[in-house]
Amino acid sequence: MIGAEAIIKCLESEDVKYVFGYPGVAICPFYNSILESDIKTILVRTEQSAAHAASGLARLTGKPGVCAVTSGPGATNIITGIATAYADSIPMVIITGQVKTDLIGSDVFQEADITGAVESFVKYSYLVKKAEDLPRIFKEAFYIAGSGRKGPVLIDIPIDVQNAQIKSFKYPESVNLRTYKPTVKGNASQIKKVIGKVRTANRPIMCIGGGVQLGDANAEVLKFAEDHNIPMVSTMMGIGTIPTDHPLYFGMVGNNGKPYANKAMNEADVIMMVGARVADRAISQPDLITKDKVLIHIDVDPAEIGKNAVSSIPLVGDCKAIFEDLNKEEFESDTSKWIKALDSYKKDLKIKRNPNKDYVDPESFIQTLTEALEDDAVYIADVGQNQIFSCAYAKIKKGKFLTSGGMGTMGYSIPAALGAKLADPKRQVVCVCGDGSFQMSMCELATFRQHGVLAKIIVFNNTYLGMVREYQHYSYKDNYSMVSLDGSPNLEKLVSAYDFDYLRLENAKGLKKTIEKFLADKNSALLEVMIDPLDLVK
Amino acid sequence: MKAKRIYSVTVENRSGVLSKVSGLFARRSFNIDSLAVGETDDPEVSSMTIVSSGDERTLEQIEKQLNKKLDVIKVKTFDEFQCVSRELMLMKVKYNKSNRNEIMEMCEVMKADIVDMSLHYMMIQICDTPEKIQLLINMFKSISIVEIARTGTLSLSKCIENDG
Repeated sequence: MIGAEAIIKCLESEDVKYVFGYPGVAICPFYNSILESDIKTILVRTEQSAAHAASGLARLTGKPGVCAVTSGPGATNIITGIATAYADSIPMVIITGQVKTDLIGSDVFQEADITGAVESFVKYSYLVKKAEDLPRIFKEAFYIAGSGRKGPVLIDIPIDVQNAQIKSFKYPESVNLRTYKPTVKGNASQIKKVIGKVRTANRPIMCIGGGVQLGDANAEVLKFAEDHNIPMVSTMMGIGTIPTDHPLYFGMVGNNGKPYANKAMNEADVIMMVGARVADRAISQPDLITKDKVLIHIDVDPAEIGKNAVSSIPLVGDCKAIFEDLNKEEFESDTSKWIKALDSYKKDLKIKRNPNKDYVDPESFIQTLTEALEDDAVYIADVGQNQIFSCAYAKIKKGKFLTSGGMGTMGYSIPAALGAKLADPKRQVVCVCGDGSFQMSMCELATFRQHGVLAKIIVFNNTYLGMVREYQHYSYKDNYSMVSLDGSPNLEKLVSAYDFDYLRLENAKGLKKTIEKFLADKNSALLEVMIDPLDLVK
Repeated sequence: MKAKRIYSVTVENRSGVLSKVSGLFARRSFNIDSLAVGETDDPEVSSMTIVSSGDERTLEQIEKQLNKKLDVIKVKTFDEFQCVSRELMLMKVKYNKSNRNEIMEMCEVMKADIVDMSLHYMMIQICDTPEKIQLLINMFKSISIVEIARTGTLSLSKCIENDG
């Protein structure tokens, strides 16, 4: 058996179904050996998309997504995708081919020091020196990627290691890493302290971050909130953890969030941050949430606690395990007055938009779309105004809301939709992007077509890079620079070249019908939605 | 309030680990006042002594971020009074007839040794606390210093800490 065959055996042992990637000489032994396996290979059109697709798949399966690319430019091209996954703690294993071991360091054709380049974007990386190490390294990589605070792990494998003979293959049953033992169970005395504070709180609130879904703790967190009538808000990555119409849910916080969600955070006396980083986009002034308040910070990564805000009660551990423990404690709490106040804020502080009737209003479009979606649909938002509108107006029932929250990587949604649809083909998957982000990933329409994956892509066309235009509107007095998307292709012609159906909405007329037609289409389809170029998210 | 802290870090003795640790400091704008690395009695384990300074929150983050690195086995932190710290310095100076005796006297007082000598130059070795070494450098500023090499601080917690 050669190294490449051993890699495939490792992936089979980890029950990997798909590998996203792009070949080159340095990864050819791997892509040759995979032909003998049932693992399906998905050829994307640029390497960055391989990582986003693996991310989309990982968000649905909960297990590491896998991609494999070649050395040099293949490896450097995938870095943005890796950084995107790292920022959102998405489990992923990235295999990169590398030049021959004895040529490493001599700047030969397509050589790049990829383990060095990705150091600050990966949870861990390996440069494999001996083929015999492959089973141990893969076992460790999948374990590291998918446990604790999840994240990407890169394995760089020189071509001679892929071709080297190994005598026997045995996939290890367990890992033995003396340097890595993530905390699962929360400290019992800290849990008691948390209960003590929540029990006596007058205005408690839970802020749900992406860590709750990543930790598969939705049900446990919701039970705690419902049992004790604790209102909830969420960060961008936390959207969809709680059904958006839940009576205890008060929307997304942050400078792009709901004013009433922010007011709730400001007025609370006890804040439970759950699986959230207290990042600048969610909490612009960390001092405000610690001043005169009790901040309980629950996270699997101890380094996040105290990084941006000093917490009163730090609690390190896996969300699911911690909330299972919290749910064992019985106590009564009366928050009805507080919830009543929040309900009235929700009514009073609603953002009143003044939509331009000549165009489609993003608010009513997203509401109509998400009402028409199946209960467990996956809604993927790209980055830009489309993302902020989606966060504000998408109704998520039992489905999922995926987006690039931490890194804000444009072009994420289309390849992520590819991965999500492959992970669960029966589930409805739609992605919403802008005309800017669409053009960053439009090459991937061919990938959907080649592999027979149903695509449902919505493009908000406002002829601008809207988010930057809005920033220049407020900060540079409408002195626009580099934001006009003049020269964009005719999307109807473009998608017809890929055999996609094309639908278009100019204004509110036929909104519901067009959406229904788009969703019911058995063929891949793109719906172009004309948005007021001067529309603002706030 | 800025404070000094010493991190005694045991790491897996693998290629690239030093760059991962120093890269972490660069990437998060943590100071490195000094850094010393060497193998331990176990050839698979290296020991790093990093001296850093910053406010309390930064110093805590350094420890947490170090612990997060998968090649880091253990991080021990201590303030200056909790440990014994030593640094080794080699210093080459130019001498002449008139200051030769003065140099030798200073070395004697400072417990430094003259380890090499030529017609016009001598090399002084000192192994002491970082403060004493700085003092020696200051004393030699009036004499001509040619070049200096320092190891950076090495620290171990005081023995009494092991008594428990």
